[in-house]
Amino acid sequence: MPFWVCVTGTVMIACERRSNAVPDHFGYGRPATEKEIAVKAIAIRPDGKGLPAGSGTVLDGAIIYAAKCASCHGSTGVEGPFNVLVAPDTVGAKPFDQSSKRVKAIGNYWPYATTVFDYVRRAMPFNAPGSLSDNEVYSVTAWLLHANKLIGADAVINAKTLPGVVMPARKYYVTDSRKGGDGPYE
Amino acid sequence: MSQKMTRRRLLLGGAATAAVALVKSSFGKVVQTGIPEAALDPTKQVGPLPGVLGTRSPFEHPQRKPSLTSSQTPLQDLYGMITPSDLHFERHHAGVPAIDPHTYELMIHGMVDKPTVFSLADLKRFPSVSRICFIECSGNFRKPDKENITPQDICGLTSQSEWTGVMLSTLFREVGVNPKATWFLAEGSDAAVMTRSIPVSKGWEDAMIVYAQNGEAIRPQQGYPARLLLPGWEGNTSIKWLRRIELSDGPFMTREETSKYTEPVKDGKIRQFSFTMDARSIITYPAYPAQLQKGWVEIRGLAWSGRGKVRQVEVSTDAGKTWNAARLQEPVLDKAHTYFRYLWQWNGDTTAIMSRAIDETGYIQPSLEQLITARGPGTGYHLNPVTAWLIKRDGQVVYSPEKWK
Repeated sequence: MPFWVCVTGTVMIACERRSNAVPDHFGYGRPATEKEIAVKAIAIRPDGKGLPAGSGTVLDGAIIYAAKCASCHGSTGVEGPFNVLVAPDTVGAKPFDQSSKRVKAIGNYWPYATTVFDYVRRAMPFNAPGSLSDNEVYSVTAWLLHANKLIGADAVINAKTLPGVVMPARKYYVTDSRKGGDGPYE
Repeated sequence: MSQKMTRRRLLLGGAATAAVALVKSSFGKVVQTGIPEAALDPTKQVGPLPGVLGTRSPFEHPQRKPSLTSSQTPLQDLYGMITPSDLHFERHHAGVPAIDPHTYELMIHGMVDKPTVFSLADLKRFPSVSRICFIECSGNFRKPDKENITPQDICGLTSQSEWTGVMLSTLFREVGVNPKATWFLAEGSDAAVMTRSIPVSKGWEDAMIVYAQNGEAIRPQQGYPARLLLPGWEGNTSIKWLRRIELSDGPFMTREETSKYTEPVKDGKIRQFSFTMDARSIITYPAYPAQLQKGWVEIRGLAWSGRGKVRQVEVSTDAGKTWNAARLQEPVLDKAHTYFRYLWQWNGDTTAIMSRAIDETGYIQPSLEQLITARGPGTGYHLNPVTAWLIKRDGQVVYSPEKWK
């Protein structure tokens, strides 16, 4: 093989390698502004981070619940026709794994109270999602927590008090440990 | 349903004399209700000229089966590993949103160096990747309560497409993900504003943001104009209509990862973040409402695993006493539906046929009894038991009811 073929070949391969290198940054997209992040980042963490200003009471929540929630979830949160929301944790109840009929609701199955606020604010009421003010969401949350026997009738729910509500189901939660392979089924 | 199936067989060319008589009358009835009749001699009549969109034969009617919350893929009507896009199952929590691709935006922020907003055009400029994989809902199970139900009823919440888009790792590099970030929130722009928390490791491993399905823009029901795709993981985590990704140092504990998509397991525990879909298979033919005749039967079905490739599918034609390896149709892909076939001679005796998948980790698809023994009768989600079809002496194929203990 003549020398020049070899040299040209090497140079071509080197060029090709360079053009195929994947950069870390392409420069596509535009910077997100702090303002739009503040508007769009609505998720609430279990430690309460993300909860807005404002507050709500069980009493106010009862009025809002009756007007905007009860038609789907029942006047006391157990009648349906859609998801049952109220089922207080009961001492001596059959564990969930032993009873396929036991109702799962906020009081006996939800591990964090912050989830109630987050979910109601983003997705409820079903026919008008996102239509409640933050104070209204705090109040509905307060009513639901009270109906599930998690807070007293005169409790005020806000960014400070909500993450502190003790949820009885939390102690039952475990992270998935399935691994596949030939071990025992779990 | 069974008459419809028989009619299809006739049109495909093979049916016993008894069946023909029955079919003729039902075909006549159908013609009256408006289904087009085939030309008496298609070689003597010019057909329609080329058009802008293809159509199914007017004699074919594969249909999803919708309920209030989902619609299932007709697995028994399909022949390969790809689900036609209009038959891909649907599951959403507040309907299908209408999103203008020109105003669509995906924001990535939180624990990143450069919080960034990408338009759809931006996403399409990045280096793209295509991969074929299944998406399966973790609630894809039906209790074996009665005989007359189809593969679609039992596990029609799994479908497979070729997905095209950008690797999430490419976008992670673009925005500079903080090494201390361990989870990210994915959020959709449907009326449920669906959210799930995902470990960042999955984002680096094989997660994608996809905008195309089976060669064209993704369907609205599957997340148009762009969705998250987490191969092998429960479908709910592949957030559709994706609008926001927030990097964080912990999970957000959203409603769909606490009150839903968690399952009671042994000792009163509630299992959370059970992302991976365990290996599963199902015979899609012969299955209810098929009618068998004595002689050679090609048993056909699908097998898949969220942990990798299907290594083997075994078929039993004697109610689980003995098992034989089925032939796997190439290509056998990672975290993908794999089509299997097994040739069998039915001698006319009553029996039960079933399949079990074995994946590359060595995991063997369990029986319903094994699952319930391991988890308790109050469990739910991630149920992937062996499905048995009962073959009756007259050739009728039905679902084999099992006791839920």
